[in-house]
Amino acid sequence: MTGAPLTAAALLAAALATVGIGFYGIRLSRTTSDFLVASRSIGPQWNAAAISGEYLSAASFLGVAGLIAKYGADALWYPVGFTAGYLGLLLFVAAPLRRSGAYTVPDFAEFRLGSARLRKVAMLVVVVICTFYLVPQYQGAGLALKTLLGLPVWVGPVAVGAIVVVNVVGGGMRSITFVQAFQYWLKLTAIAVPALALLALFLSDTTKLDGPLPPVIQHQTTVTVETDVVVQVAEPAGITVTGDVDGTRMDGAAFPAPGRYTLAHGSTLTLAAGSATPVVAGAPSSGDDWLASGRGLGGGHPLYQVISIIIATFLGTMGLPHVLVRFYTNPDGTAARRTALAVIALLSLFYLFPTLLGVFARQFVPQLLITGTADAAVLLLPSAAIGGGIGAVSSPVASLAPVLAALVAAGAIAAFLATSSGLLVSIAGALSTDVLRGRVRDFRVAAVVGGMVPIPLALLASSLELSRSVGLVFAVAASTLCPLLVLGIWWRGLTSVGAASGLVVGGLASGVATTLAVVGGVDDRMLGGWPAVVVGYPAAVTVPLAFLTMVVVSLLTSASRPPDVARIFARMHVPERLGMGVERLPRE
Amino acid sequence: MTSPRPQRQRVILANRRGARVIRTRVEVQEQTRVGDALVRGLVRAQLGLALRLAAVAVCAVALIPLLLGLFPQVDDVQIAGIRLNWLILAALVYPVLYGVGKLYVRLAEQGERDFVRVVDGEP
Repeated sequence: MTGAPLTAAALLAAALATVGIGFYGIRLSRTTSDFLVASRSIGPQWNAAAISGEYLSAASFLGVAGLIAKYGADALWYPVGFTAGYLGLLLFVAAPLRRSGAYTVPDFAEFRLGSARLRKVAMLVVVVICTFYLVPQYQGAGLALKTLLGLPVWVGPVAVGAIVVVNVVGGGMRSITFVQAFQYWLKLTAIAVPALALLALFLSDTTKLDGPLPPVIQHQTTVTVETDVVVQVAEPAGITVTGDVDGTRMDGAAFPAPGRYTLAHGSTLTLAAGSATPVVAGAPSSGDDWLASGRGLGGGHPLYQVISIIIATFLGTMGLPHVLVRFYTNPDGTAARRTALAVIALLSLFYLFPTLLGVFARQFVPQLLITGTADAAVLLLPSAAIGGGIGAVSSPVASLAPVLAALVAAGAIAAFLATSSGLLVSIAGALSTDVLRGRVRDFRVAAVVGGMVPIPLALLASSLELSRSVGLVFAVAASTLCPLLVLGIWWRGLTSVGAASGLVVGGLASGVATTLAVVGGVDDRMLGGWPAVVVGYPAAVTVPLAFLTMVVVSLLTSASRPPDVARIFARMHVPERLGMGVERLPRE
Repeated sequence: MTSPRPQRQRVILANRRGARVIRTRVEVQEQTRVGDALVRGLVRAQLGLALRLAAVAVCAVALIPLLLGLFPQVDDVQIAGIRLNWLILAALVYPVLYGVGKLYVRLAEQGERDFVRVVDGEP
């Protein structure tokens, strides 16, 4: 029996649970404050679970394992950075941001610098970041449903979009808080159980991960190439190919020699048991290269890549609107700090498991490294590793495979739903209070529009690996909202002109790089590979640029500092006990 | 049948302690020169704390790629069959991050309590 019906049931159950829990919150949502900031009533425990649930997107659930399987040691920086971002947020942003009493990031900009124009710029940045971030979530959903159930690619984005819009329209922030908290625990279970089950299998497996050769196929496999791909063949023995190779037709023949080959879409590779897996060009091929640090993630200048990933992920979290807005739901600054700390603990626990699964994927399903669809690794791993003959020695384990696969599928769908709903609340909050008139009805209209627009984008845009595309969004966030918040909270000299210039310069620089990377990147051979690597990993350039612009322009326009900056600083930093805080709300 | 009589409540104009407290509080709230200086001190202390701990975290975490780049032979060190670079990045980094965060929360709350004590003029 195949696991497909079971998987479909698990997906449906996760989706229904999401709508059901959301419905529980809908009954509690009445006022604009409920919809925007859950009436600032969420304690640290709930909020930390909700933030983690929202934050662990498809990029973390599927992407991290895929990247680790493909690139090895240097890909470990993604989960480390995704977690360390909350330390930055805790140290520099959490409590003062909450004490500002704002209800969205653009509202904070206006509170701090008193400029309605800056507020509009910030609103634009928020909407762009959230939309950029929604697109890979929807694409991931499409990939997951296609991989698991063979459904057409458009089904995933439409289904996720519909569920998320229903929840957000129904109950706003209050409703999705419960949903996201539930989804953290669902995702943790869905990734921990298969990882631990496979750990037993891995420890009993004698194949080595190091050595001069690529990973070895464990039983005969056929792989169909769906988009054109350049592969590195280290050892042609045992591999036959049918289709267009380097423009010439091959029919069940072997590769003539080790080297690079371009496979056209539609080609199929047949890999005999024991043959060495070809890998996507640019990824480390031998086991030794994969285990070593400092090899980068494909392309040149690996040390620059790593530093740029560190900057983007450490600072990007501070600029993610959907994460920031969750801190407004805490009752006070102290609770906001404790929330951030609890998030670090929850994420640390979670990220152990994608790392394990990435290693297992290289061991058990190395054929995924050929096509570049390493994102599917987590989804395919349970059935491939346990069901595919390796675990057949112990039949009780083999019968577990469909159950594990179904569990992983439920976790994946939870990842798409949780992150998408958080992003949508942010979009709807910004649009409804800054473009429309800030009533509950406006929030709902904005949520419907914001949830629908990314669907066609997700279907049209080409897809990078999930973690890479999310990494680029982090770079945009780190180059725009992060400097606005950090300088706004700690530096009295910031002016609205300076902040707006920094947002525009940082946003344009990182936005252009992201767009170029998504539409196909820059030629690797130009100018020693620097343009290509800067476009692929822009943060190390654009973040300092944005900070510098804000500081320099603010110094030049220092006459226009807001006159009541002392009072604003007191409000952000003085503990609530002294009674200086004022909770802001949109005028209804 | 009569409804239960509401409990008698004592109505007071202000807390005795509160009355004594108000002066410095008002300094902060009204942004007098003294109040502003107090707030500046608080902001400087909290920023200094955050920067120091960020430096600790960055030194602990971001020096790893540099060290691994400079001394590639570190990669070959193995503990319990796991290479050192994997052990650090996949597991050991996380408790360090949490520890730094926990220390910050404790010290920042301590700083705020001290500030409130100064403002409220408690000994």
